[in-house]
Amino acid sequence: MDDRIADVWGRRTPYRGGGHWPVREDSHLADGVDPRRVQWVPSACVLCSNGCGCDIAVLDGRMVGVRGRVRDRVNHGRLGPKGLYGSWQAQSSPDRLTVPLLRQGGRLVETDWDTAMDRIAAVSRALLDDKGPLSHGFYTSGQLFLEEYYTLAVIGKAGLGTPHMDGNTRLCTATSAAALKESFGCDGQPGSYTDVDHADAIFLYGHNVAETQTVLWSRILDRIEGPDRPRIVCVDPRRTAVAQAADLHLPVRPGTNLALLNAIVHELIAADLIDHDYVRDHTSGFAQLRDTVASYGADNVAELCGVPADDIRRAAHLFGTTGRVLSTVLQGFYQSHQATAASCQVNNLHLLRGMLGRPGCGVLQMNGQPTAENTRECGADGDLPGFRNWADEEHIAQLAKLWNVDPLVIPHWSPPTHAMQIFRYAEQGSIRLLWISGTNPAVSLPDLARIRAVLGDEKLFVIVSDCFLTETAQLADVVLPAAMWGEKTGTFTNTDRSVHLSLKAVDPPGQARSDLDAFCEYARRMDLRDRDGAPLIGWSDPEGAFAAWRECSRGRPCDYTGLSYQRLRHGPVQWPCNDEHPDGQERLYGDGVFPTALGRCEEFGHDLLTGAAVTPEQYRALRIDGRARLRAADYVPGEHTTTEEHPLLLTTGRTAYHFHTRTKTARAPELNRAAPRPWVEVSAADARRLDLREGDTVRVESATGHVDLPVRVTDARPGTVFIPFHYGYWDTDSTEPRAANELTATAWDPVSKQPHFKLAAVRLTLLARGDQSAPPGGDAAIGV
Amino acid sequence: MHLPVYLGLLDSGEQALADSFDLVAEGHGDEPDVRQLCRTLAAQCRERVAALRPVLDRYGEKPAAEPERLHAEALPAARTGAVGLLRDLQDLVLLATLVDSSWTVVCQAAQGLRDRELLAVVCQAQPQVSNQLAWLTTRIKSAAPQALLAAA
Ligand code: SF4
Repeated sequence: MDDRIADVWGRRTPYRGGGHWPVREDSHLADGVDPRRVQWVPSACVLCSNGCGCDIAVLDGRMVGVRGRVRDRVNHGRLGPKGLYGSWQAQSSPDRLTVPLLRQGGRLVETDWDTAMDRIAAVSRALLDDKGPLSHGFYTSGQLFLEEYYTLAVIGKAGLGTPHMDGNTRLCTATSAAALKESFGCDGQPGSYTDVDHADAIFLYGHNVAETQTVLWSRILDRIEGPDRPRIVCVDPRRTAVAQAADLHLPVRPGTNLALLNAIVHELIAADLIDHDYVRDHTSGFAQLRDTVASYGADNVAELCGVPADDIRRAAHLFGTTGRVLSTVLQGFYQSHQATAASCQVNNLHLLRGMLGRPGCGVLQMNGQPTAENTRECGADGDLPGFRNWADEEHIAQLAKLWNVDPLVIPHWSPPTHAMQIFRYAEQGSIRLLWISGTNPAVSLPDLARIRAVLGDEKLFVIVSDCFLTETAQLADVVLPAAMWGEKTGTFTNTDRSVHLSLKAVDPPGQARSDLDAFCEYARRMDLRDRDGAPLIGWSDPEGAFAAWRECSRGRPCDYTGLSYQRLRHGPVQWPCNDEHPDGQERLYGDGVFPTALGRCEEFGHDLLTGAAVTPEQYRALRIDGRARLRAADYVPGEHTTTEEHPLLLTTGRTAYHFHTRTKTARAPELNRAAPRPWVEVSAADARRLDLREGDTVRVESATGHVDLPVRVTDARPGTVFIPFHYGYWDTDSTEPRAANELTATAWDPVSKQPHFKLAAVRLTLLARGDQSAPPGGDAAIGV
Repeated sequence: MHLPVYLGLLDSGEQALADSFDLVAEGHGDEPDVRQLCRTLAAQCRERVAALRPVLDRYGEKPAAEPERLHAEALPAARTGAVGLLRDLQDLVLLATLVDSSWTVVCQAAQGLRDRELLAVVCQAQPQVSNQLAWLTTRIKSAAPQALLAAA
């Protein structure tokens, strides 16, 4: 077994454009396990949005390893370090939660499911009677299964009637969905991972794929090392592995993405590198876009963005003159200033060249988490199920009919409440019950001091379902022990719409149960019923939930009607999968027809500057009728610019060895050893100026808090510092603050409502000299 | 000619709207979106005031003698709490509506005068003001049920 900690992306298997990505089977078994005795159970990895197909190795009722599935379209047998080491080892961790816990006299004490669910139902019932459904909030995850999200969505929207339901996907994927809706009328990833196989150029916008989706980067690296390497353009303030491999690196100043993209769009139009026929026949809004970007000449924004004007023109020229271009976008755009507006400009570039829906010509508005797509489809994250439009009465009527409830029960007076607003309502005391499943807001939300205060407030009844006693669970009133991946069956959908079935391989420990069980049990105890008195949740197992969802998706862009567990046992299928596309659809919008028609669209759109909603009447008057929308917005300076007191800009992000708040990955010894503690990356120039050396401990302070961390010196753009966002407090004895989100402020994009994790003004102060060696963990970013 | 009177009204109306946006941003700082957007929108109002300046210089600004009942007053102070926010946003709607219809009046006059400079200023301003109104309405719609039915 290769050491895939040192060699993150594994052995190269170069291939030519248009060719088949060679297979490479990666596997890892626990020490001493005899592979011949192992039973293999099909699944897919849930440690990032790539969704690599894998088999779980089972021996004597325990998970003992994994191997990549060589016939899986996503990974062709490969797994990254997290998949190899992190996916299965946490399962048998001795500190798994195995019994429900109940807060009594200020302490969490062990109890049983019956008592725990009784308590939840009693509090819930009393609040509903006294305060009504607006007292209830649900905050879920990007790591549950489709079946769980859909069940929760029906409970919340048709049973209780609360609009307060969102996922932590708000933090990772909300802008992806928002940008797709604004440009194309509906969520749905246009591109496919196979576009990597065909592209002549790949543009990566704020997407450190080498660390966030390591197997996708392996695919790109194999093209780079093949005989006809695609050009690589990287927009990222850090000198990431992607930046180092790039032909052109635009180290944009954090907070100015929109200005830079407006300039690229402008230069493309000015050089007349656009497809006029396509723009005329398949888009609307060209004149407004052209006029809006007119003042964003490369020379005008170069200083603002910190990128040479010639490089901006080169990027536009490369985009405009290369045969097939694939663009990918992630958190560098999504978690920053004017997130949706900037991400829409990437869609615009492709629309202006008519480059969508053909091999190698795609947009991947990436997701962060493995099952983020399903929160979006199923309506557990601030959308309505089946990408339905909350402002379209016909769509509400469809759901009411499907669920057999009064349409007025379904909250649709405005979009479902986003996560940050849910926590605000909880802070103000109008949400009194908050059910948190599979996520750890006490580490992952901005301004942690505030979040801890909200969760710790006695007036808020907090239910947490998790596999471990996370920082969040420690603040709960009821803790439900959850079954994890491999201990339950369900489906999930990755970034490029590939639906995988993940089978139960082993039993959950002790009394741990799936979130699906917990939700079904809650619905039973609350006696949620439809108009005719039948149980609202008419299923009790994953396959039943999947069948219900399939009906809900019928006729919508995310149509699952051609899918079944039986079918998915043979491998993933990309939705839509229906009579028209019996084998799924690889790329969307090849015909230039977009889901913008009235009755079809998921949203009527927003003003990108303010998030003001376009009304149905205004939308009708626009007569979009199946064309895509070229969306335009001016750059405006952000709130969180540097000051004399806080002269540096902090960005936070994921690294190769960890996922989310390390609840699973830190319990894999290999991953934990690779990056056991957080650090702060400082540019060489800033380090010189501040007289800092590697290994020194510094205090990083923002307006909201401080952390004390060891320094790593990198060649990031001067003025920018970076801290990985994974680290919380459960595995440290020290009480010193160390989570990146102690420093981030509560602020979000006006359209997608995604928080700004990449924009905090900070200052550094030397606390103690170190030994001049770099702290472990950042190596994956260095050297390709 | 009453155009100068209306230009003056517009000028003071935009000022009052800008000050009120700032006041609400300040007073509801715990609502980050309100704080951030109200500041951005206040800046927009001031840009419109600046754009109007050359036109005002040309026509001269007369104090509003006649339509004085239309005079726009800035908010005296921000309210507090969820319902307070709702009320403040509604006050902003009233102010912005007055500004919006003042631009409409001025727009009509500018067409009659064939004043291209003024028309250009109006064309920039009008969509911005209606966007501000649209945002206020969007925010009010999402805040209203919680404020009226669930707020502590
Ligand atoms: S790339 Fe993502 S899905 Fe694939 S093995 Fe790594 S963590 Fe798992």
